[in-house]
Amino acid sequence: MTKPSFQHSRRWTLSWCFVAIAAVCLLFADIRITTYDPWTELGRLFSGLLNLSTVGLDDLGFTLLQTVAFALLGVTLGSVCGLSLALIFHWRWVRIMCALLRSVHEIFWALIFLQFFGLHPLTGLLALAIPYTATFAKIYAEILEEGDLSALNVLAHGTGNISSFFYARVPDLYQHFKTYTAYRMECGLRSSAILGFIGLPTLGFSLSTSFMEGLYGQVWVLLILFYVLIATMRYWLRPSLLPLYLIASVFIVNNDTELSMTNISRFFTHDIVPAPIRNGESLASFWQWLSDLLMTQALPGIMNTLVLSQIALVASAICTLLLFPLVSKQFFGRFPRSVGHFFLVIMRSTPEYLLAYILLLMWGPSMLPAIVALALHNGAIIGHLVGRYSDELVMRQDASFGLNRYNYEVLPRVYGQFLAFLFYRWEVIVRETAILGILGVATLGFYIDSAIQEIRIDRAVVLIIITALLNLAIDMVSRRVRFWLRVKTDLSIR
Amino acid sequence: MYTSIRALFNRTVVSIAIASAVIVTPLQAEETKTLVFSAIPDQDESALKARFGIVADYLSKTLEVPVKYVPVKSYAAAVTSFRNDQVQLAWFGGLSGVKARLLVPGAQAIAQGEEDPNFHSYIIAHHSTGLKVSEDFPKGIEGKTFTFGSKGSTSGRLMPEFNIRENMGKGPEEIFKTVGFSGNHSRTVTLVESGAYEVGAVNFKVWDKMVEEKKVDTSKVSAIWKTPAYPDYQWTIRGDVDAKWGEGFTEKVKQALLAMDDPKLLASFPRKSFIAATNEDFAPILNTAKELGLVD
Repeated sequence: MTKPSFQHSRRWTLSWCFVAIAAVCLLFADIRITTYDPWTELGRLFSGLLNLSTVGLDDLGFTLLQTVAFALLGVTLGSVCGLSLALIFHWRWVRIMCALLRSVHEIFWALIFLQFFGLHPLTGLLALAIPYTATFAKIYAEILEEGDLSALNVLAHGTGNISSFFYARVPDLYQHFKTYTAYRMECGLRSSAILGFIGLPTLGFSLSTSFMEGLYGQVWVLLILFYVLIATMRYWLRPSLLPLYLIASVFIVNNDTELSMTNISRFFTHDIVPAPIRNGESLASFWQWLSDLLMTQALPGIMNTLVLSQIALVASAICTLLLFPLVSKQFFGRFPRSVGHFFLVIMRSTPEYLLAYILLLMWGPSMLPAIVALALHNGAIIGHLVGRYSDELVMRQDASFGLNRYNYEVLPRVYGQFLAFLFYRWEVIVRETAILGILGVATLGFYIDSAIQEIRIDRAVVLIIITALLNLAIDMVSRRVRFWLRVKTDLSIR
Repeated sequence: MYTSIRALFNRTVVSIAIASAVIVTPLQAEETKTLVFSAIPDQDESALKARFGIVADYLSKTLEVPVKYVPVKSYAAAVTSFRNDQVQLAWFGGLSGVKARLLVPGAQAIAQGEEDPNFHSYIIAHHSTGLKVSEDFPKGIEGKTFTFGSKGSTSGRLMPEFNIRENMGKGPEEIFKTVGFSGNHSRTVTLVESGAYEVGAVNFKVWDKMVEEKKVDTSKVSAIWKTPAYPDYQWTIRGDVDAKWGEGFTEKVKQALLAMDDPKLLASFPRKSFIAATNEDFAPILNTAKELGLVD
């Protein structure tokens, strides 16, 4: 008699497959630890917590308002445009366009707009609205697709498209739209703060300034205010107050920068034209220029981006599995859970760049600080989502406790969702490696930043397009993988 | 449900109205022209606003036109806003000034600090490397981890890289185990002090000031080599300012800068005084930048 053949589940195979890829990447990654005296600087950093100071932060209130205002306007504009696009999302070109727009990080959008809008509010507004529109379009379209059609089916024949949409679709799906939009608003606040790193008048501006100079008392004040802003969002962000907030925001973000057509047309007809073509050189020298760029920057950039993001993906997964019980009703009571929530809010609201920098001080320059920073940040985000999902599980009365409950009751039930969240996040992790390029890990972001610093916009644009295509490819693989696993994300917490 | 549909509709209308308001309002140009100046954020960023605020007041009084200082986040942002005419006067480093003048034909270097024709960079090293102060180029830095300052800095990037190539015959990527860009001079010092990077390159004025103010522990990190002199910071003004503020405005600005003698104002830079400058003074920087492929 032959033994019944045993087959591992697809989840099992896939998980180990990704772990194996990450292990191979580790062979190519530089993860040495080389620091000698990290404690002096780390001491200064943490003693800043005891010496909170607002010296030099005279515009603190203004900065906070700017951060909120940019986020509100950007996300609102994004959600309105996203909804319109969601209605025609079945058109292939709309899907492709959205995927491309989504794949460019806010920071890069802002760096592009800075070239010709300068510090005009449009720079920040569009840098947020464009990628958010593309994301909203995708998710709204998925919500529409999965919604209940029974109301639509009983409408009288000949009912107009607009009426049927607003009367038969929206009422049923409004709650889903609202939940998702609120979640994106939190992301919007983070993005808006981070845009300050490159010069917008939001929180990141003062934060990076204080941080660069080692004024840690100020750094902590700014971070704590930011944590509070995010943690209290559900109290101050009421849908009914939104119109009022939006009108106020317009006045807050407005400044006296003028738009100049000369600058805009110069950007499109001169700056982004590859240098050899601009200077009227031969086609051969253009090929030389392009192949140089591809071989010396794009290719190593892609390699480093992939190595970093694959390791970070698996590290984020491990972090998630360790962190989610902290906020799950399955494991802890009210008080320990609130401590867990507190920790997760801090981890996901602290910009990865700062986390990576602190780790850089401790471990020296290698890929390690970037990996751990990405893992902690993303682990906290996915951990929060998985924790919330696990709250909904109904256990048998006699279910075991402790480690057994984790291993044999909860984990098997949440694992599918966990993978779905993780693969949604994959694309985001690849995009975020860009920011860490600034710390010296030579990802695509590093080369884009260099091109911008050298004011070679033509090169920056080519590299940004390559980054977008890489993200597009990752997005496609991720969709295939999710389809193959037959996992679907719960609509409310995507 | 009815209300929610209405809310959604309201939101759409309001947002569209707002978006158009944001776009249209600032298009209405102002009457009085303000001279806007900026400076590269090379150090002490948080104090920039206070430091340059008093310089703006001084210029405003002397030139009898409104003068405003705007802070920027990077060397490139300073050059870009100068190019976009959102800034007309700027305190640039050697390299950023050269780039700005290449991008804005007619722009002129009009003044520099007394110290600027003879500027230096230091190579600094963590004590664990065992590297000591020397007259000759410290070839022992080979194989160490190394950090520059900002990617667009003259004293933190361009000239150190030039001197390293001259003396070692190879580029930084081949010489060092890791090459980083700290972002600015104060961060370079902190990173080398902590040993996160073993060696770094830094503006000599920033280093001297940090040592003087005891902001750096010299038992952990020390300056081991000084580059030969090169020209660095300067004031650069756009070529079209005379057309906007009247004939002879460039000269007026130049005289105002040269006449600046209040130690409180000069401490903003920090320079002893300002002397005249011309575009040609920075030819060595332009040539070096071309050699290193940092400008086309």
